[in-house]
Amino acid sequence: MSKNTSTRSNLPNNPSTPARFDLSHSELKYTAKKLRRHVITMIAKAGSGHPGGSLSAADIVTTLYFKALHHDPKNPHWPDRDRFVLSKGHAAPILYAALAECSYFPVSELATLRKLGSRLQGHTDMRLTPGVEMSSGSLGQGLSFGIGIALAGKMDTRNYHVYVLLGDGECDEGQVWEAAMFAAHHNVDNLTAIVDHNMLQLDGRCCDIMGLEPLADKWKSFNWHVLEIDGHDISQILPALDKAKATKGKPTVIIANTIKGKGVSFMENNVDFHGKAPNAQETETALKELE
Amino acid sequence: MAAEKSTREAFGEALVELGKENPNVVALDADLSRSTMTKLFARQFPDRFIQCGLGEQNMISIAAGMAATGKIPFASTFAVFASCRCFDQLRICISQPNLNAKIAGTHGGITVGEDGASHHAIEDLALFCSLTAFTVVVPADAIETKQAIKAAGNTDGPFYLRLGRPAVPVLYTEDYRFQLGKAVTMRDGKDATVIANGIMVSRAIEAAKQLATQGIDCRVLNMHTLKPLDEDAIIQAASQTGVIITAEEHLLHGGLGSRVAQVVVSEKPVPMAFIGIKDVYTKSGKPEELLQQRGLTAEAIASAVMATIAKKQSK
Repeated sequence: MSKNTSTRSNLPNNPSTPARFDLSHSELKYTAKKLRRHVITMIAKAGSGHPGGSLSAADIVTTLYFKALHHDPKNPHWPDRDRFVLSKGHAAPILYAALAECSYFPVSELATLRKLGSRLQGHTDMRLTPGVEMSSGSLGQGLSFGIGIALAGKMDTRNYHVYVLLGDGECDEGQVWEAAMFAAHHNVDNLTAIVDHNMLQLDGRCCDIMGLEPLADKWKSFNWHVLEIDGHDISQILPALDKAKATKGKPTVIIANTIKGKGVSFMENNVDFHGKAPNAQETETALKELE
Repeated sequence: MAAEKSTREAFGEALVELGKENPNVVALDADLSRSTMTKLFARQFPDRFIQCGLGEQNMISIAAGMAATGKIPFASTFAVFASCRCFDQLRICISQPNLNAKIAGTHGGITVGEDGASHHAIEDLALFCSLTAFTVVVPADAIETKQAIKAAGNTDGPFYLRLGRPAVPVLYTEDYRFQLGKAVTMRDGKDATVIANGIMVSRAIEAAKQLATQGIDCRVLNMHTLKPLDEDAIIQAASQTGVIITAEEHLLHGGLGSRVAQVVVSEKPVPMAFIGIKDVYTKSGKPEELLQQRGLTAEAIASAVMATIAKKQSK
């Protein structure tokens, strides 16, 4: 728990200066594991939810919230904060876990996921949950929404950066490509898209359901700056985020190659855990593996 | 001959005025700015105009993102695309989070004319009224449009404004004061009430004049705000005149007629009749030809009033 304390103390008190969690590499790894445990516990308690896509995004989300993003949980509407837009709204549990560990709301509230009256909806609700930037759940809309935030930032000469996390299956949606064309045409360079490329979607393997490849070439041909990384390796995630932010004149997409269900052996690469809660036995095994 | 002006032109001018008053106002268009008249805003404020190309869905979600940061975006395209093509984006990105984005749908109804069925927006109002956070306004003339645009810009929350392509009679003078959610009595009367909006208001007034020559005293209400509806004005009309006829340039499902009927049936049941488009896709033609073909005329309103008064008397 000492790690959590050190996390908090790194936050400047004055919200007008850039506020940032600044965990070390080993602290980030530890935190990612902790968030994965929250994901399993929350979904098991809710009895429904989407563990696979939350676990594949865990290292990306951890690196964003505990290293890259300028944000201040005590001041969630700080106008200069960086924005994280979760376009793949079914991965809400990993976002809630990160927000709770950042103290946007109590960690104990995670147990209310998907319950009547909870602030933690099945898919994100920006009006209910402190720290959530977009109400999502219908796929394909987050990149456009993020563009809107980025454009407003440019108009107001604010220095924030917008990060949008997309699923790879989500890239089936036509609106993603409307947005991709728009962002490159308008040089929206205060925007970074991250594709959680876990190769699986609800009905099966992406390559069988709707072929995406060559995915990097698609983004390149839309005039984006493209980076490809191992989305579970923090030593690759962090430099990619830095490079993306430093790239001017065009938006960057980070294609993060990930494993669906990462961290829990029987969930890894298992399409059955796209949208299914683990039972009691599975939960126990999963939490043991994540110790 | 009364002066005529299209409501889309009034919208374009009003948006420029609003832009001057409030630096947070921005405009978005999807390759139709020369038709929706947002070109006027683009000319005046090039840095606050966002050309989205032919990507209406992307445009709506971008507008939502801008609203989430405190901008007041007016996203404009033809009414048919704004509603039918973008319904999910409106629902997820704007209505559910109740964001302060404004949608201006021009070329509403069938008076788009020659472009035909694909371009006739006859469902837009039903769709927008089903988005729970939206306020829906259908101005009747250019003066009302200008004031409605300003009211939308100055009122927090999502708005849909339905505007038209052709020039329509100017009904109001500059001293008119638009009040959101408050129907306007265009003409008082005690025998029946015609409740109309948009281009049908001038036709309802014309019908009332025709009826007056036959000794029938007809009230005309301009229900410019379709949501929230002015329920008090409807109940009062039902109580005082005992007959209600609605007139709209829209399908009979889910628009003015349906919404007024819900109030009448639950609060003060009286005989009603409905002028609007029956379950059909309208075809190419001149606007006036289409209005005649579908019975959206002063004559049709007048005869509906007569027939419905007869029902009241036979009760």
